[in-house]
Amino acid sequence: MSEPAVSTSNSGPANRPPEGDVPVTLITGTRKGIGRYLAEQFVAKGHQVVGCSRQAPDWSAPNYLHICCDVSDEPAVLQLFATIRQRFGRLDHLINNAGIASMNHCLLTPVDTVRRVLDTNVVGSFLFCREAARLMQRRNYGRIVNFSTVATPLKLEGEAIYAASKAAIVSLTEVLARELAPFGITVNAVGPTPIETDLIRSVPKDKMERLIARQAIPRYGTFEDVLNVIEFFLSPRSGFVTGQNVYLGGV
Amino acid sequence: MNQQEALQVVLDALGEFNQIHRRDQPVPPAPDTRLFGPGGHLDSLNLVRFVFLVEENLQRRTGKSVALTDERAMSQRHSPFISVTTLADYIVKICAPNSPNS
Repeated sequence: MSEPAVSTSNSGPANRPPEGDVPVTLITGTRKGIGRYLAEQFVAKGHQVVGCSRQAPDWSAPNYLHICCDVSDEPAVLQLFATIRQRFGRLDHLINNAGIASMNHCLLTPVDTVRRVLDTNVVGSFLFCREAARLMQRRNYGRIVNFSTVATPLKLEGEAIYAASKAAIVSLTEVLARELAPFGITVNAVGPTPIETDLIRSVPKDKMERLIARQAIPRYGTFEDVLNVIEFFLSPRSGFVTGQNVYLGGV
Repeated sequence: MNQQEALQVVLDALGEFNQIHRRDQPVPPAPDTRLFGPGGHLDSLNLVRFVFLVEENLQRRTGKSVALTDERAMSQRHSPFISVTTLADYIVKICAPNSPNS
């Protein structure tokens, strides 16, 4: 006679990372901008950082490994995670930063643009969450941080596909938080306000000012603002914080 | 992949599963061990954990990424996850040369 099914403890994400070496932190989209900043910050904090982007970066750092990878290319993503498994044997943190925007009126948006934005922002984030969780669950510990945007709650005209793709990220974050809690993994999201990066370079200045005026705190965000929220989510003490999306600037 | 090889893939994954998740109450590593469903040793959460250990093991052996829980698996008249043997049989089927997974 077979034994009865046995449930595993389902008390939720662990509060402490397993004992061991330095934490391994994977950040997507690290060639430039906020991804590069985050990589440099976490290297400085003693993490082993793995970064990726489609093109090679023009910078390097100790304890930083860069892997060229299109985040929506499943075989390339699987290879990236195989490399992490072989080199480090573990993954503690995933910061799903890679994203692209397209600003255009919906009447003028080609479907190829729609597919490209959804592939990078939604499919890419999903693939990295899935593969990261596969690695993290072995140690029953992990922290995943996704990137949303204030463009979604502000319902910005001209950003229909970008805002929709990030709305999907909020939903993905909320559902994955529940699916991955039994594996000791938290999943949260941070929604930055406009930051002066390449992503908004092409947006007219008056449009940006009108947008910023809709925030409770009307200023551009900074990389430090985003880092602050990410550090909170990654903290071993944040084991009871999951499925949350924090918009910056009081949006 | 023949039946014996597929069986070994499943049993190896079961050994790994026991080592990671069931040190105190291991699932018997035998062909007739019931996995999921009535009389099974795994609840749905542990089935997820176990299936992707099997997928990883399969990938190591074949060099190919194989999805065991796609629509085809879910639409089988009999679940492939009832026992160690039924899962091995399903692996043989999806790794066959004329299978879409091959």
